[in-house]
Amino acid sequence: MPELDTGVFISTFLASSIEVIEMVAIVVAVGATRSWRASLAGAAAGLLILVVVIVLFGTALQAVPLEPLRFVIGALLLTFGSQWYRKGIERVSRDGWSAGSGEEEIDETMPDGFDWTGFVLSFKGVTLEGLEVAIIVVAFGAAAGAFGSAALGAAASVLVIGALGLASYRVVVRIPRRALQLFVGAMLITFGTFWAGESLGVAWPGNELALAWLGALYVAAALVLVRLASGWRIDAGTLSAGPTAPEGAAQ
Amino acid sequence: MTTLVRWVRAFFAFWKGYIFGDDWTVAAAIAGGLVATWLLVEAGLPAWWLLPVVVIGANARSIHRSVTAERREDSTPR
Repeated sequence: MPELDTGVFISTFLASSIEVIEMVAIVVAVGATRSWRASLAGAAAGLLILVVVIVLFGTALQAVPLEPLRFVIGALLLTFGSQWYRKGIERVSRDGWSAGSGEEEIDETMPDGFDWTGFVLSFKGVTLEGLEVAIIVVAFGAAAGAFGSAALGAAASVLVIGALGLASYRVVVRIPRRALQLFVGAMLITFGTFWAGESLGVAWPGNELALAWLGALYVAAALVLVRLASGWRIDAGTLSAGPTAPEGAAQ
Repeated sequence: MTTLVRWVRAFFAFWKGYIFGDDWTVAAAIAGGLVATWLLVEAGLPAWWLLPVVVIGANARSIHRSVTAERREDSTPR
C-alpha cells in the first residue's frame, strides 16, 4: 500500500476546497430552494461521473478543454439564473422580504414528481466545479507521482465541506425563500457571467475577485429593482384603474 | 414509438423552459451580449463591463413588463 504523501494531500485538500465550497454552495442552495432529494441525487450523480472520469482518463484529463465547457455552462447559468433573479425580485417587491419562509414552496411551478431541474442544476454545479478539482488532483498527482494522496486530499475536501454545507441546512431553510431565490439567482448569474466571460477571453478586473464584485453588483441591482418594481406596480394600477383601484392592492 | 416521441418532446420542452423560461427576450439579450462581448475581446477593447450591463438591463426590462401587466390585470374592473 503506497504511503500517504502529506504535502500532496494537504495541497490538494486546500486547493480543492476553494472549488468545493462553490460546489457545495450550489447544491445547498438548490436543495433549500427546490428539492433536497433532487439536489443530492444530482450531486451524487455528478460525483459518480467525476470518479469515473478520473479513473478512466487520469492524466489525460488535463487535456479536457475547460473553456468551451465554461462557456456553455456559464451561458446556461445566465439564462436560468436570470429566471430566479426576476422571480425573486418580483415576489419580494409584491409580498415583502419575509414572504415564503417556513414550509411554503418557493417555486409555484415545481413539478409533482422528481425535480429534474433541481437535479440538473446540482449535477452541473458539481461536474463543473468537480472537473476543476479533478484537474487539480491530476496535476498534483502527476507532478508528485502521488495520485492516491492527491485523490484522497480532494475526497477529504468534498467530505468535510459537504458535511459543513449540509449542517447549515437548518439555518438555510429558516431564511425567507422569496429572498433566498433572489440571492441564489444573483449567485447563479454571477458565476454564469464570470465563467462565460472568462471563456470568451474577458480580462476581469481583480481576476478571481471579480466573483465578489459581480455578486455585489447583481445584489445591489436587485435591491434597486425591488424598489423600482414596487413603484411600477403602483403606477400601473393607478394608470389602468384610476380612482377605483382596490385599496391595499399594492405595497 | 409514441413513448419515444413523448420522451423527445419532454426533453426539448425541459431545455426550452430551462433556457427561455417565461420571457425569451432575456435569453436573446444574453445571447446577443455574449456575441458582443466576444467581438469586443477580438477587437482588443475592454469587454468586462458589457455582460453585467446586458444581464441587469434585460432583467429590469422583463420585470417592468411583467409587474405592470400583472398590476393592470389585477386592477381591471370585472
